[in-house]
Amino acid sequence: MKDLVKRYRKASINAVDGVSFDVRAGEFFALLGPNGAGKTTTISILTTTLTPTAGVVKIAGYDARREAAQVRRQVGIIFQTPSLDLNLSGEENIRFHAILYGLYPYRPAYRLMPGEYRRQVLELAGVLGMAEEVFRPVKKLSGGMKRKLEIIRGLLHRPRILFLDEPTAGLDAASRRNLWEYLRRVRAEYDVTILLTTHNLDEAEQADRICILDHGKVVALGTPAEVKSQLLEEHLILDAADRDQLRTELRQLEVDFQETGHFEVHLKGRSAQQVLRGLKTELTVLRTHSPTLEDAYLRILAGE
Amino acid sequence: MNEMNAIAAVASRDVLKFFRDPARLAATFIFPFAIMALMGGTLQLNLGRSAGFNFIGFTFTGVLGMTIFQSSANGITSLMSDRQTDFAQSMFVSPISRYSIVFGKILGETLVALCTALPMIAFAVVLRVPLTPEQILLLGPVCLLCCFVGGAFGLVLLSMLTDERSSNQLFGFIFLPQFFLAGVFSPVSILPWYLEIFSLLSPLRYVVDLIRDVTYAGRAEYHKVVLFDAGLNLLAMATMFVIFMVVGTALFVRRETNR
Repeated sequence: MKDLVKRYRKASINAVDGVSFDVRAGEFFALLGPNGAGKTTTISILTTTLTPTAGVVKIAGYDARREAAQVRRQVGIIFQTPSLDLNLSGEENIRFHAILYGLYPYRPAYRLMPGEYRRQVLELAGVLGMAEEVFRPVKKLSGGMKRKLEIIRGLLHRPRILFLDEPTAGLDAASRRNLWEYLRRVRAEYDVTILLTTHNLDEAEQADRICILDHGKVVALGTPAEVKSQLLEEHLILDAADRDQLRTELRQLEVDFQETGHFEVHLKGRSAQQVLRGLKTELTVLRTHSPTLEDAYLRILAGE
Repeated sequence: MNEMNAIAAVASRDVLKFFRDPARLAATFIFPFAIMALMGGTLQLNLGRSAGFNFIGFTFTGVLGMTIFQSSANGITSLMSDRQTDFAQSMFVSPISRYSIVFGKILGETLVALCTALPMIAFAVVLRVPLTPEQILLLGPVCLLCCFVGGAFGLVLLSMLTDERSSNQLFGFIFLPQFFLAGVFSPVSILPWYLEIFSLLSPLRYVVDLIRDVTYAGRAEYHKVVLFDAGLNLLAMATMFVIFMVVGTALFVRRETNR
């Protein structure tokens, strides 16, 4: 994706404003950002349901604008809000999708579908632990089951790239964990590239690389470790009974520190040992603080 | 072949949904019957003799045309509710043509509308509307054509809608005047010139008139009830169908991808 721009009709600002990044085959890539950052717009353009205002998007070698049909064969998508037909059963939703993707001919009932289809549905439903539920009306399934059903549907045509638009939104902790366990298996078994959008920093931290969007622009891109190190460094948390002496020694060492309850010592290229070797005051508190992705994310969004 | 399978899948989904919605099933069957029996019966008792034709038969043809036309048009706009639940998006990311989705929707809603027409025709026979077996058989393909025009009309409306609420508002505004301008309940052979213009622009007028062409063929009151001959009605419907399909599909596809 290069210099992608999207401005909605009647809007005065760009929803996506010059975004460029690439995702490698087999990679787990996360798009992170607050509401309105442009994540869903970006995914909609990548999946060809929205036309960009400017820029070039290529998916598996196909141009998203000119070769939309080929692109659609390569991708599967789990939408932010449930996209199942509540009037149909789980299997009927899957069958509908399978026929639309040209995997099987139309048949009005499950038992009339080819054996290969029935085997594939039962296998995927079995893997997800919903072998019985898959034949129930969707309206009677729990939120977690519906999400799993959407994943079965999204994987049935063996996409090379799976787009997950906030897939765990609205799920309880147990369902979230199950979903991620399954997605890890899918990734390993099918060698599928995953592009995730999320608010959840724990989920993003599992990704190979992350891209943080804010106001339609890329504000950070790299592995979670790189993004953290670009913005935040490890620091030491120290304290002593004789705080005046500790303060004096830290000044003599010419290290940058803040007194936020304890002494927060920013290492800025030094090792923790180098700082500690220069201290003679008896310490009552000594620990290192490794920044989390959340620290980095919040700092980025604060514009620091 | 893939496109044909996809059209069949989209169409059969609508039929399944229809038979699984008890409230819609009940409303679809009860409302037209109530109008035919109550309104047709009342008008026949009060105006039938002076008008010179049977009002129960007149109301039957009007309500049949109105029901199948409105049912197929309404059904197309269910793409609006699909859009709100992201189901439409899941169809649009599949590799089939947008035109197949639209045609599948029109076919599906046509089948649904035909399902509502069958018991209405049976009810008309019970109410002793004079229909020969040949006329009943001919009503099948005629209703099919009427549904296609209704579906195409619904597609144009769909391209103007933003949500389900606007759909409900627009439908009241678009359909209610047509019931009177198209002569669903009362004759429109004489109208003021300004209403005549709107009447001629109403696709429902040609739908209802074509059904009356078939049901009144060979009967003495034909010229009192029917406005145009079948050929002219068919030509008007074919022209409107092509215009609605081309404009509606283009607007719909553009709107879906170029928001």
